[in-house]
Amino acid sequence: MTGSSRLTRHRDGPAAWMMVAPALFVTLVFALYPVLDSLWLSLHHIFVGVPTLGRPFIGLDNYLALLLDPAAHQALFVTFAFVVLSTLLELACGLVIALVIHEHFRGRGLVRAAILIPWAIPTVVASQLWRYIFNDQYGFANLLLFGDRITQYVPWLAYPTVAFGIIVLADVWKTSSFAALLMLAGLQVIPDDLYDAAKVDGANLWQRFRHITLPLLKPAMLLALLFRTMDAFRVFDLVFVMTQGGPGDATQVLQFYGYQTLFTEGRLGYGSAVSVTVFLMILSLSLVYLRAIGSSLLERGRA
Amino acid sequence: MNRRFLLSLGILTTVGLSLLPFFWFLLSSFKSQAEVEAVPPTWWPSGSLGFYRSALFDHRLFDYVGNSIVVAGSTTVLALLIAIPAAYALARLAVPGKQGILAVLLCVSMFPQMAIAGPVWRLLDAIGGLNHRWGLVLPYVALTLPLAIWILASFFKELPPELEDAARVDGCGPWTTLLRITLPLAAPGIFTAAILVLIYAWNEFFFALLILTQPEQQTLPVGIALFQGEFTMPWGELAAASVVATLPLILVVLLCQRWIVSGLSAGAVKG
Repeated sequence: MTGSSRLTRHRDGPAAWMMVAPALFVTLVFALYPVLDSLWLSLHHIFVGVPTLGRPFIGLDNYLALLLDPAAHQALFVTFAFVVLSTLLELACGLVIALVIHEHFRGRGLVRAAILIPWAIPTVVASQLWRYIFNDQYGFANLLLFGDRITQYVPWLAYPTVAFGIIVLADVWKTSSFAALLMLAGLQVIPDDLYDAAKVDGANLWQRFRHITLPLLKPAMLLALLFRTMDAFRVFDLVFVMTQGGPGDATQVLQFYGYQTLFTEGRLGYGSAVSVTVFLMILSLSLVYLRAIGSSLLERGRA
Repeated sequence: MNRRFLLSLGILTTVGLSLLPFFWFLLSSFKSQAEVEAVPPTWWPSGSLGFYRSALFDHRLFDYVGNSIVVAGSTTVLALLIAIPAAYALARLAVPGKQGILAVLLCVSMFPQMAIAGPVWRLLDAIGGLNHRWGLVLPYVALTLPLAIWILASFFKELPPELEDAARVDGCGPWTTLLRITLPLAAPGIFTAAILVLIYAWNEFFFALLILTQPEQQTLPVGIALFQGEFTMPWGELAAASVVATLPLILVVLLCQRWIVSGLSAGAVKG
């Protein structure tokens, strides 16, 4: 509570609404309505540019087709593999980075800034960068590994598993610092006397980390996990620039599959079913996480 | 001693791994065509600016930069104009359904772009926003509002309420209080939100790809993603363009590291 009387607060009504209204309007028109529209479109059979077919209502047929679509299964599998691998690695790297930038040392501000640079770089630039590094001829990776033994140079992105690994690597490089920042905030609220007491009791560095840092960092780690999972589910730029889903369908993620069905093939109904499915998966995942975090986020939103 | 060794090792590795990959682009942007195409690749450039010249003049880099400045700038201004009063009301005033609104905003920030891309495209088509830069600004504002509101609200809440209460007792309405008292105090928070919105709008690719389809309207990320040569990939020009696209962000991060760190963590953990 801010201390204002109930009377003042009551009088705020119209002004408060005026303050919130524009934000709600924009959110409603450009975020909530589109989701509902996607849902509605997904129940129809619609091809862009073929108006003669009309747009018959077909109920859940698009979703049934999606269930039986091998390309969608592959995309789902690749997406899950990407989400699990990249978020786990990002959490691990993020933890290391957070522990480092939490320490006091000279030039810490500069180190923090340096670590943030990959996060600030446009994903598209990072994608081209890693594509260039793993280029079959001019790539830094080949130079580093094989020097002038050109005969051993490897066309990295031509191998399905390697290409997938490179996408994961690029994502981990780009976003570990974001996970680190969330965990840094968690580290900052752990009181110092806990460590001092443990030191007095003779706990070594590892024991202090294991029994104080890790358990107290759990909420921040869960939060980082939540944000990173959401983002990993939405991966698009990396795939668009680096592999276009290939080689074969090794890096075909759901977002890219949805983009292709919607905007390249113009299957508006079916593509909408793909995007609604992705949306529902993310929504249910976030509900699970929010429960795990104990809805502390929303509780703190209470003034 | 053990601890100091671990720390130095950690600093060196994380900083090295963060900077080294982009450093390779930076080196390549100053190479000559022969050096970029050399197999095995060369380490050090001879220091040519040729790629910057041809990226600027042969590859529309001027257009891309201009479009990105317009789009990211308008998005930031508009998003803040809308987010500041909303965040203030949600943090300080009695808004019915406050929890619901905050929850909806949190949900929106988790939307996959795909889930709204088709309908947003149709909506913009209907109101004539396709292939106009303002048509891109509208969804950007909608998608950055949740982040901006959450960060601003958490900053507003941390301000001492006494000054505002005094102003209210003196008869100031909510708008006057916000403008005269809260805004000046919350300047660092507003700055943080502005930086994060700006970075989002400068880097966003998916909607930019869908909404602006003419080469002369495209933003930097789309220009860089669709970078093409006639026969081979123009890696040198691409490296130069990437450096140009990234330099402003590196400057922002170097100068505003403190605010970014506090903003990202305040928006989340401290809530």
